[in-house]
Amino acid sequence: MAIVKFTYALEKFFPGIRAIPANGNTLREVLNEVEAKYPKIQNYLLDDQGKLRDHVNIFIDGNLINDRAGLSDAFSPNSEIYIIQALSGG
Amino acid sequence: MHFRRIVKFISSRRCREVNPKNFYMKSTMLLGTRKGFIAYHSEKGRWKVENLSFEGEPVSIAYADARSGTWWAALDHGHWGVKLHRSNDRGKSWEETTAPAYPQGEEIKDGVKAYTRYIWSIANGGKSYQSRLWIGTDPGGLFVSEDAGNNFELVRSLWDHPSRKQNWFGGGRDQPGIHSVVVDPRKEDHVFIGISCAGVFETEDAGKTWNVRNKGLRADFLPDPQSNVGHDPHILVAAPTDPDVLWQQNHCGIFRSIDGAKTWQDISEPEGPARFGFGIAVADDNPDQAWVCPANSDTTRTAIKGALCICRTDDGGKSWKILRNGLPQENCFDIVYRHALASSGDAVAFGSTTGNLFFSADRGESWQTLNNYLPMVYSLQFAD
Repeated sequence: MAIVKFTYALEKFFPGIRAIPANGNTLREVLNEVEAKYPKIQNYLLDDQGKLRDHVNIFIDGNLINDRAGLSDAFSPNSEIYIIQALSGG
Repeated sequence: MHFRRIVKFISSRRCREVNPKNFYMKSTMLLGTRKGFIAYHSEKGRWKVENLSFEGEPVSIAYADARSGTWWAALDHGHWGVKLHRSNDRGKSWEETTAPAYPQGEEIKDGVKAYTRYIWSIANGGKSYQSRLWIGTDPGGLFVSEDAGNNFELVRSLWDHPSRKQNWFGGGRDQPGIHSVVVDPRKEDHVFIGISCAGVFETEDAGKTWNVRNKGLRADFLPDPQSNVGHDPHILVAAPTDPDVLWQQNHCGIFRSIDGAKTWQDISEPEGPARFGFGIAVADDNPDQAWVCPANSDTTRTAIKGALCICRTDDGGKSWKILRNGLPQENCFDIVYRHALASSGDAVAFGSTTGNLFFSADRGESWQTLNNYLPMVYSLQFAD
């Protein structure tokens, strides 16, 4: 079962957010599980068209995903899926 | 006469005769800033911060719905997208609602997917439609809610307007944006919107059909300055006492219409400061009186000669008076964004790009500084 971890920055919007296990076979399915656990979080991670927001990144086992629109990057049941914010100034 | 009856009698006479409430200064100012939502409240002539919400977050528009008293905060999270929150207790608590979203598959241009990049205007639908709320967005979509802001729907007729993909483009933002929604209080299905860059559009049937209303405007930046579409009205407002009188601070000057936007007249000072800028405010009680915040040309976007001034016309733009008393007159870089100038009764206030907040109790004749240390101010609205 893959583990989904979150940047601390999401704590402000989702108090108490913690890493969760996910059963999904695709990133899209995993994010649907995350949404079920933390309602509205997909609006924070994905834009209106379901694409990963420009300043949000997802790493799978330390590697940045390639398919930000289709979310088709593969992972294994032991993978660590890490959702972070891109760093920016101001 | 019994005391209660006297009060009721006076109140009813006031409402029927002049509705003086419209001409009194409202006692609250809502500010949308780069680092939060800030509410000022006036008590015994002193303005104090009543509420700070969303500290650290960019608030593109802070809006109070005068019908219900509900406060709205449009957030522009750098990372997490556009969000919409509302409060029914003057900012003590907030509820996140569903922000306007573009339907699946919608495109700004061919191959460029549409999503809500910015909320640039909020307007209530008027007394006849208590649950209606309009929201204008970048990249050019107008949204309407008929359930008090719980859900928003894209106004399809405007989004599908034949001019949009071909003739609309970014102005102030990368993509086209709707920064002005002006509801006619006499017939609230009658609405004007301002789009940068496209111009002024009008609907008489709550968004089913649209008329382009740019006749008389000038777009000096286009190959054809008299083009039907492609103008850059920085902000569009109507006179409360005569909604057929519309004003706009445009990229290419200040324009006024006295026939419901059918034609526009350039009322800029050719050589004077009242020419380029972003904000404009019209007096509650006089369709001929308005204020603008002049800035240098679009090449620098700074205060003119390092000095800040407000210009007021009392005669519909025939002449402009420069008002400087109490405003910084040297080493000043402030300009005023399009939503950050407002008036209420005799009061005028504005917030600047460098975080200054100025207030006048005498229609701009003299100014006091309320704060020098705010974040960049995006919007300012007077509210009850």
